[in-house]
Amino acid sequence: VIDTGDTAWMLAATALVLLMTPALGLFYAGLVRERNTLNTFMMCVAALAVATVAWALIGYSLAFDEGTPIVGGLDHALLRDVTFEPREGTTIPHLLFMAFQATFCIVTVALVSGAVVERMRFGAFLVFAALWSVLVYAVLAHWAFGGGWLQEQGTLDFAGGVPVEMGSGFSALAAALVVGARKEYGRRALLPHNSVYVLLGAGLLWFGWFGFNGGSGFSTGNAGVLAFTNTLLCPASALVVWFALDLVRGGRVTAIGAATAIIVGCVGITPAAGFVSPASAMLLGAVAAVPSYAVIVWRPRTRVDETLDVLAAHGIAGLTGILFIGFFAQQSWNGVADGLLFGDAAQLGEQALAVLTAPAYAFAMTFVILRLMALVMPLRASERDEAVGMDIVQHGEEAYATGEGAILVADTA
Amino acid sequence: VKLVIGIVRPEKANDVLEALYRAEVRGVSLSRVQGHGGELDRVETYRGTTVKMGLSDKVRFEIAVSDPFVEPTIAALCEGARTGEVGDGKIFVVPLERVVRIRTAETDDLAVTPVRA
Repeated sequence: VIDTGDTAWMLAATALVLLMTPALGLFYAGLVRERNTLNTFMMCVAALAVATVAWALIGYSLAFDEGTPIVGGLDHALLRDVTFEPREGTTIPHLLFMAFQATFCIVTVALVSGAVVERMRFGAFLVFAALWSVLVYAVLAHWAFGGGWLQEQGTLDFAGGVPVEMGSGFSALAAALVVGARKEYGRRALLPHNSVYVLLGAGLLWFGWFGFNGGSGFSTGNAGVLAFTNTLLCPASALVVWFALDLVRGGRVTAIGAATAIIVGCVGITPAAGFVSPASAMLLGAVAAVPSYAVIVWRPRTRVDETLDVLAAHGIAGLTGILFIGFFAQQSWNGVADGLLFGDAAQLGEQALAVLTAPAYAFAMTFVILRLMALVMPLRASERDEAVGMDIVQHGEEAYATGEGAILVADTA
Repeated sequence: VKLVIGIVRPEKANDVLEALYRAEVRGVSLSRVQGHGGELDRVETYRGTTVKMGLSDKVRFEIAVSDPFVEPTIAALCEGARTGEVGDGKIFVVPLERVVRIRTAETDDLAVTPVRA
């Protein structure tokens, strides 16, 4: 039966999550060099285009149609039978459920772009986005949410620790390895060009995340309210701990570090949002900050140019959140299951299974997709184009055009 | 004492700096300039407005050197800035009437000889 209150909230939550993709565009655009601002933002816009269409055509069906434990069926391809009737197990229209889930697929595709910015060809990214949203995201979403094997055997994932966070993070690592490092990586400092974009992007992402986690209970009931509140608490404590880590390491609290901490806190609470108490959520923020911080400090010392640290911020923090549920899930708060500390050690095993399988699938499938694509098209721009900048070369625009020396061209068409 | 002015592609500015460093040329000023030197116009489109970018961004190096350093400086500029395409830039060498180091009032060759800080 449709509940109007639940439906009203989910309409708003869907819009909130959609905002996360342009917010991510802003966050990413600030982290790259000036000459790649537009191209970086456009990869997120590409996700809005390609992932949405792919989702409606086939992705949604593969994720949420019953099908097999590994992948969904094709009964909802082209959104067949996705109507005003309530989605099974919810009190909201199936059509709205589909739209809400679509926004998750979109932002996840956009997340992966962080690994390949400043050198991947835009055309190749469009193809990758379409393939990845279907072959990786939809499959992992089926495992965790759509009646797939992880969900069936009891793995708890409230809002997407498996498909969104570990899925994007470990795929990003594979993408960085296949596409390769930027030409000047490791030889020259490649610095963020606008830290204000980064902070504003992070703030808007946090705002959107209230819909992301708060909507993942599909209702205005207890789980939704708990998830919503935990989305406030966990990033706040991640910020505090990140400040402390920055202070210890460099004696100063950094702005880009703070923006990163917001993301790490939001990611950490994503799988656990509706399953742990508010106090545990604050602990999770503190706990999740440490491994992500360590990977962010360590990764740039390697030869792996996983440019915007999707692995550290999403893969590692998501993994931490998934495991955290195994310890701190609390039936008195979630009405579903207890973790190890509240009497059910088996839950930790079920969480560990997700941590072992989902990253492996995401990494391997992304690796294969890009390797196969490389056989038929160049994945990256030439060295010269990379030096000139992707904005001018790929889009024929500049982010900060002054108009000096620009001569109007009469239409020749 | 000569002033060597090199106008190069912005994306090659770092290569030029490295080449100058290897040539042990230490005193350098650089500024972002815009200019036109015969390279193809770049076409950009913003909604319905299509424009030809008649001016390209360039980086202008200004390097005052004693006479024995003129050739190494030119060589370093060429090495760092050349791509082989139109638009690689120009080098101008002009005589300097006088150079004064403000801190010590040293003049000419002494003024352009780097000292250890």
